Amino acid sequence: MTHPLWQSIPFFCILLPLGSAAVTTVLPGRIAKWWAAIALTVVTALSTVLMVIFGVTGAESYAYSMGHYPAPWGNEIRAGQLEAIAAHFFSLIMLLSLLGGMRKIDEHVTKSKHGLYYAVLLLLTAALMAQIYTNDIFTAYVFLEIMTISGCALISARNRGLNIVAATRYMIMNLLGSGLFLLGIILLYDLTGHLLMPNIQEAVRALHASGEYALPLNVVVALISVGLCVKSALFPFHTWVPDAYGYSTPTSSAVLSSLVSKGYIFLLIKIIYRVIGMDVMADTHIFNVLFVFALVGMVMGSLSAIRQSDIRRMIAFSSVAQIGYIYAGIGLGTDAGMMAAVFHMLSHAVCKSMLFLAAGGLADASGNSKQFRDLRGSGFRSPIAGVAFTVGALSMVGFPFLGGFSSKVNLAMAAAGHGGMRALLVLVFLAVSTALNTLYFLRTVITLYRKPAEGAQYSPERGRRGFCFNGALVLFICVNIGLGLFAPSIADAILTGLAQFA
Amino acid sequence: MNGLVNYEEMAAMILFGIGFTTLLLNPNLVKKIIGFSMMDSAVYLFLAAKGYITGRVAPIVVDSIQEMEHYINPIPAGLVLTGIVVSVSVTALMLALTVRLYRRYHTLNIDEITRMSKKEAEH
Repeated sequence: MTHPLWQSIPFFCILLPLGSAAVTTVLPGRIAKWWAAIALTVVTALSTVLMVIFGVTGAESYAYSMGHYPAPWGNEIRAGQLEAIAAHFFSLIMLLSLLGGMRKIDEHVTKSKHGLYYAVLLLLTAALMAQIYTNDIFTAYVFLEIMTISGCALISARNRGLNIVAATRYMIMNLLGSGLFLLGIILLYDLTGHLLMPNIQEAVRALHASGEYALPLNVVVALISVGLCVKSALFPFHTWVPDAYGYSTPTSSAVLSSLVSKGYIFLLIKIIYRVIGMDVMADTHIFNVLFVFALVGMVMGSLSAIRQSDIRRMIAFSSVAQIGYIYAGIGLGTDAGMMAAVFHMLSHAVCKSMLFLAAGGLADASGNSKQFRDLRGSGFRSPIAGVAFTVGALSMVGFPFLGGFSSKVNLAMAAAGHGGMRALLVLVFLAVSTALNTLYFLRTVITLYRKPAEGAQYSPERGRRGFCFNGALVLFICVNIGLGLFAPSIADAILTGLAQFA
Repeated sequence: MNGLVNYEEMAAMILFGIGFTTLLLNPNLVKKIIGFSMMDSAVYLFLAAKGYITGRVAPIVVDSIQEMEHYINPIPAGLVLTGIVVSVSVTALMLALTVRLYRRYHTLNIDEITRMSKKEAEH
């Protein structure tokens, strides 16, 4: 079977970063940096082309057989509208995070290890692309572990005691998650005898209809969902988040908070639609469990964020709350809820990475301190970082014309469409969480533009962070505003993609 | 008695439980790694036990027997091998982290290490 050339794009999006990762390990740091930047640019460009092809021509989703072995034996890649959108945003964020944090990487990572840092970043990109595109559940597991390992390397790249401890705690929690996920897919393989997603779904539907193996099927659904929840740091499993995001170099924090956790959630959504099936999933009542944890997380994350005196830890705790929003959308158990979840995944990813980079710049302009009392007036010392942080904060709060506003509207509309008790719960928790968000984000923005404390001296040089940093932040601001302005058409595209999923 | 027929699967589940709890609750880093290895090996035991059918052989054609009923499916064994590679690399990474932590803090207790690292950062 032959494919048109554009259908090979997903394959190259996985292979190019994977191959580049191998090359950059032996290159000297400076060349490795530009190699990584160019490779990521190419992946972003290819993903954009794929997204445009799906968006404009309305092409059908397709399965791409690797090595030309037909379906039940060979390994497959699948691409559709939703995968193309996710790949586009994820690779763009990866590229911008790399550009924005380059100076900080030079500062934080040991000089001889620079090449390895970029290799890990590329490996992470490859794993992310493979998770988005794969049609095989065991391949998904392997790349999930690659993602976990490269995440650990990103945290521990900064050679301080705090970072190694954070990386260890991150690994422990993630290994528990992958253990559960692995057991889940192995049980599923035993039940169905297949590894490719469409074949499993066929078998699961037959099992569900006949009522055979109902209990093992429930166990499988629970193991897979809980495993992925643990890995993506849903509320009670978030204990490693503040240290891991708070202490690592800004690029690592940006990538971990906005991409790694989203990769797991994307996989979960893919499994819900393409492996287990929406109706079977709903019958197991797992959505109720996710829904409850999500709602508690939305409020608890924000409450913890208010208590922080360190800007990076505050943003990290805000991530916990935002993951709660995403799971609340999933927990509604409807297509509209799932659309709200995917949209919030994108808007949170775009926003959170910008906030982490901007916070890094602001701290740099304040004598390298991340405490609020030292950050006063840093918005004037590092103007572009200040504006970027303000835009990000407004988006998180839900200011109109920004991504965060549309995702809140989507979630509220999905809840209203669902009706009943759940609609009420979502709306109440959404209101409470938004109020709390406003409290701590606007407090931070006001701090940034207050007069500095008496007698504080900052060197203005450190505020100007160079072309890459400023350029990346300006692009991030544009993407945030673009996501807000084109929200309805993106939401439509996500819905089409979800329809192709089923 | 199902327990007598499926004793391998039962053993696998018990081992998984022991490994999981050790990884989650034991404060000693080396014991945590041992727990992790047990947890993953339990899954592979489960997979290997499920993949084997008594009386059949590995799918290598000797004596030109072509019937499918003579052989077992090789995929579970392939999955076990892939899984082992993954867990070996993760174990190596965890051990490397543990070595670095032990050199710095001279203890293996993760709670103690966390406390010491926070104190170190305050100074």
